Amino acid sequence: MATAAIHEPTFLFGKLGWHSLPLHEPVIVVTFIGVVILGGALVGALTYFRLWGYLWREWFTSVDHKKIGIMYMVLGLVMFLRGFADAIMMRLQQVMAFNGSEGYLNAHHYDQVFTAHGVIMIFFVAMPFVTGLMNYAVPLQIGARDVSFPFLNNFSFWMTASGAALTMISLFVGEYAKTGWLAFPPLSQLSASPDVGVDYYIWGLQIAGVGTTLSGINLLATIIKLRAPGMTMMRLPIFTWTSLCTNVLIVASFPVLTATLVLLTLDRYIGANFFTNDVGGNPMLYINLIWIWGHPEVYILILPLFGVFSEVVATFSAKRLFGYSSMVYATICITILSYLVWLHHFFTMGSGATVNSFFGIATMIISIPTGAKLFNWLFTMYRGRIRYELPMMWTVAFMLTFAIGGMTGVMLAVPPADFILHNSLFLVAHFHNVIIGGVVFGVFAGINFWFPKAFGFKLDRFWGLVSFWCWVIGFWVAFTPLYILGLMGVTRRMRVFDDPSLHIWFIIAGLGALFIAAGVGALLMQIFVSIRNRKALAVGGDPWGARTLEWSTTSPPPEYNFAFTPVIYDVDAWADMKANGYSAPTSGFRPIHMPRNSGAGVILSGIALVLGFALVWHIWWLAALSFIGMIAATIRHTFNYDRDHHIPVETVISTESRRLAHAGGAAEG
Amino acid sequence: MQAARLKDRATDMSSTIDTSPEQERVWHLDEEPHHADGHSTPLGFWMYLMSDTLIFAILFATYAVLGDRYGGGPDQKALFDLRLIALNTAMLLLSSITYGFAMLNMDKDNQPGLRKWLLITAAFGAAFLVIELYEFYHLIHAGYGPWSSAFLSSFFVLVGTHGLHVTFGIVWLFVLLAQINRHGLTNSNRRRVETLSMFWHFLDVIWIGVFTIVYLMGAI
Repeated sequence: MATAAIHEPTFLFGKLGWHSLPLHEPVIVVTFIGVVILGGALVGALTYFRLWGYLWREWFTSVDHKKIGIMYMVLGLVMFLRGFADAIMMRLQQVMAFNGSEGYLNAHHYDQVFTAHGVIMIFFVAMPFVTGLMNYAVPLQIGARDVSFPFLNNFSFWMTASGAALTMISLFVGEYAKTGWLAFPPLSQLSASPDVGVDYYIWGLQIAGVGTTLSGINLLATIIKLRAPGMTMMRLPIFTWTSLCTNVLIVASFPVLTATLVLLTLDRYIGANFFTNDVGGNPMLYINLIWIWGHPEVYILILPLFGVFSEVVATFSAKRLFGYSSMVYATICITILSYLVWLHHFFTMGSGATVNSFFGIATMIISIPTGAKLFNWLFTMYRGRIRYELPMMWTVAFMLTFAIGGMTGVMLAVPPADFILHNSLFLVAHFHNVIIGGVVFGVFAGINFWFPKAFGFKLDRFWGLVSFWCWVIGFWVAFTPLYILGLMGVTRRMRVFDDPSLHIWFIIAGLGALFIAAGVGALLMQIFVSIRNRKALAVGGDPWGARTLEWSTTSPPPEYNFAFTPVIYDVDAWADMKANGYSAPTSGFRPIHMPRNSGAGVILSGIALVLGFALVWHIWWLAALSFIGMIAATIRHTFNYDRDHHIPVETVISTESRRLAHAGGAAEG
Repeated sequence: MQAARLKDRATDMSSTIDTSPEQERVWHLDEEPHHADGHSTPLGFWMYLMSDTLIFAILFATYAVLGDRYGGGPDQKALFDLRLIALNTAMLLLSSITYGFAMLNMDKDNQPGLRKWLLITAAFGAAFLVIELYEFYHLIHAGYGPWSSAFLSSFFVLVGTHGLHVTFGIVWLFVLLAQINRHGLTNSNRRRVETLSMFWHFLDVIWIGVFTIVYLMGAI
């Protein structure tokens, strides 16, 4: 296989050259042509309809947490299509590569596909989805007008998008890592991976990591500082509580990832010896450090969705959530415990029986607060008036699916069992069981739940049902065979198989993946059809008869969320307001103080993207230039003191009267 | 300044209204809860510092694991010159004191005094950096660069990351001086001086750890 390593680097282009383009890979060339055509059509359409100015002014430079939240969701959805394409490619390869066939992906390409699938799904799909939901809902739920640091919020989003862009560039320029999604050394060292793949991995994650850490700090400060009067901690909606814990985890774990990747970078770029096998380096140190980040990350992903399920169950059972305080304490317990279990990811790597026992038991203990949550949801449903709207259906599917995923997790937590099952398809089935069954189902519940709030119309029910059933059935058809194969001893990340008796299971798994593909198609169709029928699907402020504060304002909410900040007297503030005869004020409006839009976030993140690209390809002059450019742009931004403005009272009055007229017709949906 | 702070605190706690569930409902306050400009900055910056502490924690942990893996090369005793480090440490500690003087001058609205002490702080910071760079240059020149052994890798990255922070602190300090020159001691500039103060003292605390764990425990 031709690699960049045999070509002499040049000053102007570093390691980059014509040989870096994967023209010898027909799959990638065809994909590239497709992307060029579709991308060109998109750019052409935006230009033709003169939408660039609108996008720049109203979206890209926006500091409105609602718009940033929506942009995160769009980013997550786009990257999901990429990550899912990788999944389909792997399923197809494993169906084909039997009876002497090599399949259609060579090892060089296949290894990149499974690495990219993992990295993209975690960092650029699940994280943007979760951050998007938090960004959108949290300020509304606590009665705030924006986050604590609105500009930083915009910057965080664009850094995440830059990291995603750098990862996507690797598909067509050079290659991606062939190491698996956590890039363990010594495989990820220069000696074993001399190509740019691992460098793309490192810089893509570092750029996105800056955004993630800053957005974590931002949301924490928001929840602590900007709650409406009377919104005490024990009156926070559960989604806000789980967001709080998630952001604690982000701030307390992403720096670990940053530092660990810096050390790996130094090994690769200046020949340091942190994780090498030479002069004292220790690869096991990397395994420990990366999982000290990696395990909390799992809970960063799932906790906010636990919050979504709590809101959905309470709303669609028309009851207050059962066991509010126990839910809060369970969340806090999980937050703390998630730091004490990282070693269960490598029981087999020689820590010894004593250490393994500690981490095995700690891992099993996590299932207790998680189980408490499950029972709280069930007891909320008990004797509730349950409405099976789409968010509720996803929630019930989650409870059934996730419980089984949790049980196989407890199996893996038993060290002797793990010695048999580790690195097998059983493990792959387990974490897809909790991530799809928990995170993905939760995101779909959240999207179906809050979409009417964000856009003023519901999502189409028919296509939503098609998507739901395809996903749920497809998930089980695709992953049950992997449990079975894992128990038979098949390891993960295999490209070809010798044993024909395994073939049938991979065929079944492939069929399941097709079902899921139909579910993805139906999801896109659902969005398309809903936008087309938006007049018929239009709703008022509170279409679900919900309980928390975001439903007290109109759909979509005005830029400033609330013309008057409400005073909070109870958990489920909006339910309390409805029960005690709240009516929105119609007079006495005042000017509203809001942050001003800024293009600095786009510019800084754009330079960061160039910097990352230059570092990947060792184009040192460009790296130096863009680094200096970034510092200069940052300093220039700090000289901008004009960061806020007042929305004049006339604008508030006209917005509010339009809102009231609109809400009058369909107030209770 | 003080008054603004107190006001901010009062509205934050929303202590003006009883919101227990039995109360008669008043849905909106006569005065909107007001969040003064920069109300969350100290808290947000504290959280940033905590996340930065974690980066250092990882680097300390790495040093603890790799600090005695010399790969056949020299150990701490052979490489460190404690007199140089004592001088180095004195520079950084003095810069913390002078930053404190700058803060006192700001509280008295003494702009020239503030500027003077900030410049002195920057000078001490620069002296610290120069000595550190001299030490690094000396080590690399003698053939003991970060690539020579795991011990040296972890040493250079821990001490170097701290040095990088000091460098950014000095850049920040000069940017701030320019901003004070341009706009005077506005509320935002005061907040920025306070924030840099937290950053500067934070670097001091980290250095105490570096000094103790890397140099003292290594050389004794």
